[in-house]
Amino acid sequence: MIAYLTTLIVLVSVAALVGLALNFQWGVAGLVNFGVVGFVALGAYTAALLSPPLGWVGGMIAAATLCAIASTFLALLSIRLGDDYLAIVTIGFGEIVRILLLNEDWLTGGALGIPNIPRPFVSLAPAGNYDVVLLPFALLLVAAVYLVLETLVRSPFGRVLRAVRDDATAASALGKPVLLLRVKAFAIGGAAMGVAGSLHAFYLTYIDPSQFTSIITAYAFMAVIAGGRGSNTGLLIGAGTIMTLIEATRFLKDVMQVIDGAQLSALRLGAIGLGIVLLLILRPQGLLPEPHRRAREFFPTEKGGQ
Amino acid sequence: MTDYLTIDNLTKRFGGVAAIDGCTLSLRKGLITGLIGPNGAGKTTLLNLISGMVKPDAGRVSFEGHDITGVAAHRIASLGLVRTFQIVRELSGLTVLESLLLSPGHQMGETVSGALFRRPTVQEQEQHNAIKARRILARIGLWHLADQSASQLSGGQKKLLELARALLLEPKLILLDEPAAGVSPPLLDVIMRLIRELRDEGISFGIVEHDMHLIAELCDDVHVLAEGKMLVSGSFAEVTADPRVVEAYLGMPA
Ligand SMILES: Nc1ncnc2c1ncn2[C@@H]1O[C@H](COP(=O)(O)OP(=O)(O)OP(=O)(O)O)[C@@H](O)[C@H]1O
Ligand SMILES: [Mg+2]
Repeated sequence: MIAYLTTLIVLVSVAALVGLALNFQWGVAGLVNFGVVGFVALGAYTAALLSPPLGWVGGMIAAATLCAIASTFLALLSIRLGDDYLAIVTIGFGEIVRILLLNEDWLTGGALGIPNIPRPFVSLAPAGNYDVVLLPFALLLVAAVYLVLETLVRSPFGRVLRAVRDDATAASALGKPVLLLRVKAFAIGGAAMGVAGSLHAFYLTYIDPSQFTSIITAYAFMAVIAGGRGSNTGLLIGAGTIMTLIEATRFLKDVMQVIDGAQLSALRLGAIGLGIVLLLILRPQGLLPEPHRRAREFFPTEKGGQ
Repeated sequence: MTDYLTIDNLTKRFGGVAAIDGCTLSLRKGLITGLIGPNGAGKTTLLNLISGMVKPDAGRVSFEGHDITGVAAHRIASLGLVRTFQIVRELSGLTVLESLLLSPGHQMGETVSGALFRRPTVQEQEQHNAIKARRILARIGLWHLADQSASQLSGGQKKLLELARALLLEPKLILLDEPAAGVSPPLLDVIMRLIRELRDEGISFGIVEHDMHLIAELCDDVHVLAEGKMLVSGSFAEVTADPRVVEAYLGMPA
């Protein structure tokens, strides 16, 4: 049971990291990314390949850096062209990463993947019970990324990104360097996806291309929509609920013996989809609104600004 | 008086149509200049060209003696040349106060390192800007709406908010595209009074407008644009008495 709980919490943590990243790119800055899984995979493989020589910290930093560089490159490539191109270019990026992982055997191990990925703080764990280290590690990682992104969202940087999202022309008329801001936002989100990929690799210690399917991208969008675009706290709740529902409903198979496993997994996905549709109808703005600065924060002694 | 903003032989074609066709005119410092002309004359396109939103095919724009032709929009705004839009762009995801806090240039908190590592300084800047924002919001009578989403304002209030937003950039020249369109008469009085006061405080204005009452009341100079060309310029009385202007508006010889 404890092992299962750890699995669940680590899965939620990975999903939360991916979701936080997408929330920053798309929820706050309005930059759509349909290649989320490509960045997660790039992060996971970088961490897997570079942790043995560099140690896990080095591997993770390399993963975040490489993903940030790839994001910068994609953003520059497509943002110059126009808004819709980012969607197309990121889909293309996801495909390219998938094909490279499968075919560049010399580097990625092809379909067999990479085994024996070193784990953080192994020496601290009692023999045969790595969970007691993994669990707090995953939670701390989520907390750290949340803290950084939340600080950014609530800062003038987050505000100017929201302005660019709402109306790039108006933002540029106010002297804001729209292109630079978009590249920064996309790179920061990309780096967080690299961190998510690293956690994924450290947790499984074995990665192969079949682990990185488009469903990762779909879950991230669901989490952002459910949580409320722009709200990191909402995102955590959204990602937590969705992943818990998906994982918890695995047990339904044992309770309801009339349907088999394949039918059940299709049903579960359908139910999540239905849930999102219902949420969009009943609460289109998501669970939580994005944070705003209020007049009384600046002028605590006076009433007004209501 | 010196020419402040000069437009020299500017041309912009969209497909086969020359929206601006060898247009030459200038705005004088410290004055309110009206830009009028029939629908489709190219007034909005001219503002887009000046503010860097659209690149010209030929010609030159210079501001305070510097060539700003083809310079990126955000750089032109940082030079102190700010414009508003014919169809308001109110930044619906921000509150009224936030959209004013957004405006000032050189915000340390708008860089990643500043936002993460210089938070006390950033908070100081924010507080400083919030005081300025409150002063302007109080002046235009919108302070009680500070925490409302900008999208909930009325059409006229949004026009005022756009003007206030421009003011926080501490501009030298403001170009307004139809500030009176869709504005109720009481708010229009507020806008006109504000423009006149700001002119007296030293800000220059260029105003594109169809409301001839506003043009007559406010403008020191008036330029008439027709079919992408500068037709006539002078005082409001001179311009409206010119038969070519009547012809341009009515589409027939007067
Ligand atoms: N982006 C564009 N693409 C194609 N044609 C354009 C574009 N922008 C403007 N035009 C054309 O250029 C001409 C001038 O338009 P513009 O909007 O500048 O006129 P205007 O003087 O502002 O008119 P109004 O008083 O109705 O606002 C019009 O014929 C218009 O259709
Ligand atoms: Mg116009």
